[in-house]
Amino acid sequence: MSKSKIIAAIQKNKPAEVLLPSIPSFETGNAKPFDAFVATAEAGGSQVFRISDSPGLNTVINTLFPEAVNIASPLPTVRSTIDLEKIQSTTDLESVDVAVIKGQLGVAENGAVWVTEADCGQRVLPFITQHLIILLDPADIVHNMQEAYQRIPVDATGFGLFIAGPSKTADIEQSLVIGAQGARSLTIFLEASQ
Amino acid sequence: MNQHAQKAAEFIRNESRTDWHDEALWFIRSKRDKAAHGIPEWEELRELASQVKSHVLSKLDQYLEQFEARAIQNGVQVHWAADAEEHNRIVHSILKRHQVQHLVKSKSMLTEECHLNDYLIERGIEVVDTDLGERIIQLKGEPPSHIVMPAIHLKKEEVGELFHEKLHTEKGATDPKYLTEAARQHLRQKFLTAQAAITGVNFAIAETGGVVVCTNEGNADMGVHLAPVQIHCMGIEKIIPKAEHLGIFTRLLARSATGQPITIYTSHYHRPKTGGAMHVVIVDNGRTAQLGREDFRNSLKCIRCGACMNTCPIYRRSGGHSYGYTVPGPIGSILTPGLDLKKYSGLPFASTLCGSCSDVCPVKINIHEQLYRWRQVIAEQGHLPAAKRQSMKWAGRVLSRPGWYNFFGKIGRWAIRRLPRPFLYNRFNEWGKDRELPEPPRQSFKEWYRENKRL
Ligand code: SF4
Repeated sequence: MSKSKIIAAIQKNKPAEVLLPSIPSFETGNAKPFDAFVATAEAGGSQVFRISDSPGLNTVINTLFPEAVNIASPLPTVRSTIDLEKIQSTTDLESVDVAVIKGQLGVAENGAVWVTEADCGQRVLPFITQHLIILLDPADIVHNMQEAYQRIPVDATGFGLFIAGPSKTADIEQSLVIGAQGARSLTIFLEASQ
Repeated sequence: MNQHAQKAAEFIRNESRTDWHDEALWFIRSKRDKAAHGIPEWEELRELASQVKSHVLSKLDQYLEQFEARAIQNGVQVHWAADAEEHNRIVHSILKRHQVQHLVKSKSMLTEECHLNDYLIERGIEVVDTDLGERIIQLKGEPPSHIVMPAIHLKKEEVGELFHEKLHTEKGATDPKYLTEAARQHLRQKFLTAQAAITGVNFAIAETGGVVVCTNEGNADMGVHLAPVQIHCMGIEKIIPKAEHLGIFTRLLARSATGQPITIYTSHYHRPKTGGAMHVVIVDNGRTAQLGREDFRNSLKCIRCGACMNTCPIYRRSGGHSYGYTVPGPIGSILTPGLDLKKYSGLPFASTLCGSCSDVCPVKINIHEQLYRWRQVIAEQGHLPAAKRQSMKWAGRVLSRPGWYNFFGKIGRWAIRRLPRPFLYNRFNEWGKDRELPEPPRQSFKEWYRENKRL
């Protein structure tokens, strides 16, 4: 009922049609986006590591987070302590210390990584975990957001997002505090897939 | 004195606090400049964003229908609300249907605009705002003073005291890190027990039927993914045609808002979680009327970045609460007269018309021109205060009669030089309340020209 009222009001009040501009992709030349990605990601508070072999992955995780008790990951290469497929309720994930997921695409201009629910096992995992690790193939780094949206079908799954660092806030007197409601840290492992 | 001027006068009584507020906002404006200058195509992006929004406004009906159809295909339930009252009723009925008693909310200026919290609390539902700034002002019982940083007006000592009282933090503790951690622990419990989550919407994609929400704290996602029911409330103007347009808007939004290259989380919700429900409420509440006002419809392009507030010399020195509306600052001053011309007739005058707001606006809204235009409308419809009306009338008479003009010019120059202060600075001189009158020149330009034209 209100729908027809609103639509009718728009039709009555809207301006004459304005054309939709076409969007250029703002090429940034041939510069490799890799270095720029590392720089912006670090500036946004992420830690970035290059790792060379996946078997070493678990060792690196243990070295970085020696106190982590609960590790959750949908990836078979990660030694998880929680089986994401078997949890009864998402609130059971409250105790996750470290979550490890795969990222699909990195964006050099802002250090953001595209992740979907298919990569997370559970939608809430990258937020509820205390610390988040994302594995990213350096070949999947693009220059900017225009390029990123050309590559990702945003509705391929029910939920997808860009993550650009650890959760943060500056709501108290503009002082930056890392670790607001989501993960307290973001670590990105850049690893070329064989 | 109009309401804004009165509240601003109260605000600036505390000089050091005013300076602190002014500087805090200017600091954010500077960060915005740095971020913007780092993008060579910045101006082109602004222009494109503005054009995309113009296009959307011209086909808003079609895009909304397309969005609805796609969202329904995705398994989303779509609702339409003509005004705030209907919006609140719809949200409440959804919550009732799912027997929700505990609700978490992430930042949404729309629900503030509709006063949803009060409506739900009166009906026995616990509503917890989960953005840190919003939680602070909710605990304090205040409205937000800024659309991006709702608690920008508060000092850490005040937050410390508030948290001591409400969250039992240590007395006298003021460290932002400590206070944020306390809020984190407190909010986690709320997230884990919430039965529904409400968010605002930054962008709604017509082509795919999904909504996009941008946060830094991750609170929107903690709420949405833990609670079985998710509700996204959006104004009709949030539509963009395709996902590719997010490329433009996500590049502009955070840089304009806080100087970050992008918000930490840019979440795209398309389908409900397994076993969950997803609702979208599309709200008009005065927006279609604004669409019909040719001079003012561009205000609907706003992406709520807050840049016009951070840069505004009046906002910075009068505080968000002085505007008396959910969206303060320059953009608030051009949105409000359309809602209630009489009530908000003071706001378009809360500006120096310097144009800085229009210069920073990422969607190129001609904010200062609209402020000026509203002033004309307010005058035409007789809502100017008497003092302003009288002085304008006299100024009009004097300025349109060269003889009177010369005469009063002479008197004025003489008076400022000769008369004792009480004659010049009194209750009739609004302008001179906090300002000194200018040093009068010895003669007028006309007189000078007559003397010197032969040279
Ligand atoms: S009017 Fe422009 S600058 Fe102000 S909040 Fe809206 S988009 Fe940002």
